[in-house]
Amino acid sequence: MQLWLIPILPLAGFLLNGIFGRRLSKTVINAIAIGSVLLSFLWVLKTLAGLGDLQVAHTEQYFTWIQSGILNVGCDFTIDRLTAVMLLVVTGVGLLIHIYSIGYMAHEGGYYRFFSYLNLFMFFMLTLVLAANYLVMFVGWEGVGLCSYLLIGFYFDKQFATNAGNKAFIVTRIGDVGFSLAIYLIVVNFGSLDFGAVFSAAASKPEGTLTAIALLLLVGACGKSAQIPLYVWLPDAMAGPTPVSALIHAATMVTAGVYMVARSAAIYTHAPAAMETVAIIGVATAFFAATIGLAQNDIKKVFAYSTVSQLGYMFLGAGVGAFSAGIYHLVTHAFFKALLFLGSGSVIHALSGEQDLRQMGGLRKKIPWTFWTMVCASVAIAGVPPFAGFFSKDAILAAADRHAPWMYWVGVITAGMTAFYVFRAIFMAFFGEYRGKAHPHESPFVMIGPLAVLGFLSLAGGYLFKVPEFLAPIFPLAAESGDIGPMAISIAFGLGGIALAWLFYIAKPELPGQITTTFSGLYKLIYNKYFVDEVYGAVIVNPVVAGSREVLWKGLDVAVIDGAVNGAGSVARETGGLLKRLQSGNIRSYATWVLFGSVVLLLVLGVMGGLR
Amino acid sequence: MPGVPISWYLILSAVLFALGVSGFLLRRNIITVFMSIELMLNAVNLAFITFSYQFKQVDGQIFSFFVMVVAAAEAAVGLAIILTVFKNRRTLNIDDVSTLKN
Repeated sequence: MQLWLIPILPLAGFLLNGIFGRRLSKTVINAIAIGSVLLSFLWVLKTLAGLGDLQVAHTEQYFTWIQSGILNVGCDFTIDRLTAVMLLVVTGVGLLIHIYSIGYMAHEGGYYRFFSYLNLFMFFMLTLVLAANYLVMFVGWEGVGLCSYLLIGFYFDKQFATNAGNKAFIVTRIGDVGFSLAIYLIVVNFGSLDFGAVFSAAASKPEGTLTAIALLLLVGACGKSAQIPLYVWLPDAMAGPTPVSALIHAATMVTAGVYMVARSAAIYTHAPAAMETVAIIGVATAFFAATIGLAQNDIKKVFAYSTVSQLGYMFLGAGVGAFSAGIYHLVTHAFFKALLFLGSGSVIHALSGEQDLRQMGGLRKKIPWTFWTMVCASVAIAGVPPFAGFFSKDAILAAADRHAPWMYWVGVITAGMTAFYVFRAIFMAFFGEYRGKAHPHESPFVMIGPLAVLGFLSLAGGYLFKVPEFLAPIFPLAAESGDIGPMAISIAFGLGGIALAWLFYIAKPELPGQITTTFSGLYKLIYNKYFVDEVYGAVIVNPVVAGSREVLWKGLDVAVIDGAVNGAGSVARETGGLLKRLQSGNIRSYATWVLFGSVVLLLVLGVMGGLR
Repeated sequence: MPGVPISWYLILSAVLFALGVSGFLLRRNIITVFMSIELMLNAVNLAFITFSYQFKQVDGQIFSFFVMVVAAAEAAVGLAIILTVFKNRRTLNIDDVSTLKN
């Protein structure tokens, strides 16, 4: 079915725009960038239509990439139902965000550069999800990390943006080390990297080996999907343009970790300890990120911590064995979180770059389309039935309840906090009096259109895409308990969060101030994100920087290496300086030296016993 | 064969050579220096001839002819150089002719 066309089309767009973009008009750049993703999306649809119900995976082998001893790695693509879901999300949401970017980036410099990076990202992301073995997946994995770095640091003339790009790249690198170690372990123990071969052999391997592999894979997933303790890069990544935050840091790339864990389900299910770790990391991340989100004032930071928190939900789902629920949440989250980011981008666009919620307010009348679409996303993420987020979150919470009730309760409290902080942002931005100075204006249709489509998907996505049922051949459905109690509690918490936000920011606006003064210690702790960045800075970053500067730079580099090189140079120079005095230019001193030399030669020969 | 002992010739050669060396080292006039060089060459010639006579071999005499040829060529070229130097510099002091220094 020519699967290779799916990633190669955006790559062609990247090459065309990247090489010739400087000389092309914006219309042509748009046509190339959006056209390539549109064709890719259409080809996904045609492929899926042509492959029927995909009960078994369809694999295509293109060429042998590496052959060395027992290791034989091919450049292979595979498509099964899990891949199909990911392909639709990546190309579909990606297409909408590409279209939106036409409007958002219209007045920005580096227009062609932005779209070529975005296309390159699509190429690597599609490679990641289509890969039929871990090494091809790793190529896509690293590639999306590269594009993430390039796009976070898109405004490279701003120091904070380049710093954020570096931070994202370095922190995810820690995770990538884990992933690559897992790949080595798989090669050593399985002798193959192909998904099919590895997963069918997984059941016969010792549990310790599988646990080690699964935990190392989890380290990689934690880096890419911003889980504790490697989540710190994602909030800073908001320094990039907002469509990037929506595409890479909400909808697609950060979910790669969840996809990878779900893809490796055969390994995880035979490593219960690793599963438990996944669940605990997920639930802890969901909770802590949600508490930080309560007190952020930058609209994008609120949604960034929300993303970290929702990714925690997906990990919780995967960790308690409900892989399909995790993927379900991945899909609905791609809809509503991309919409929240694009909507906040529309707000920022309307306010000419203002991101501080305290400088907004009353925007409901001024930018109604943005307002209503963002409300759609907010009710979806808050878990209000019957919108998209409700179904997926409920599936995860139900599975968590079956696994361990305390995880369910933490998840439910997190759901309440989620509803609270999202509606806090909505109320602060769209209700009350306008507090800023810019002149708000509604965004162009090219931005509103994608918002409307995503708004519809946020509302109806839960009905339209029954992901767990679709994935049932891969991840068997759990038996329905029929108990609606847990569901009712989570709905109550979601609605309660919304009501609390309404109480705090509409009904009694003086209340938040009173509470923050009453609990000022706790508030400062949350407002400063638990000082995690500061702790990392003091424990890891500063010692590494100081060690590099004092020991490696000033000690090793300057003293030893430079010292050796300069020493060799100065020895030669000093020797030359001494020898220089012999070459006086005085002919008689030369003659004296000749005489002296011949006398010495004669004496030596005489002492040695003469010539023979 | 009674006559002048070999060692006398060699001593004369050494004395002449030493005179040439000290003249070369101590005098400043280029022509004197040049003459000292000729003196050294001829001292060596004397030594060659002496040894050739002593060992009844013709090699030493051939060498002395070579030395004479070189000395003649050197005299021709050297005197031309000295003339040119004097024309350009109005001096024959060897210490003043040091343009190539540094």
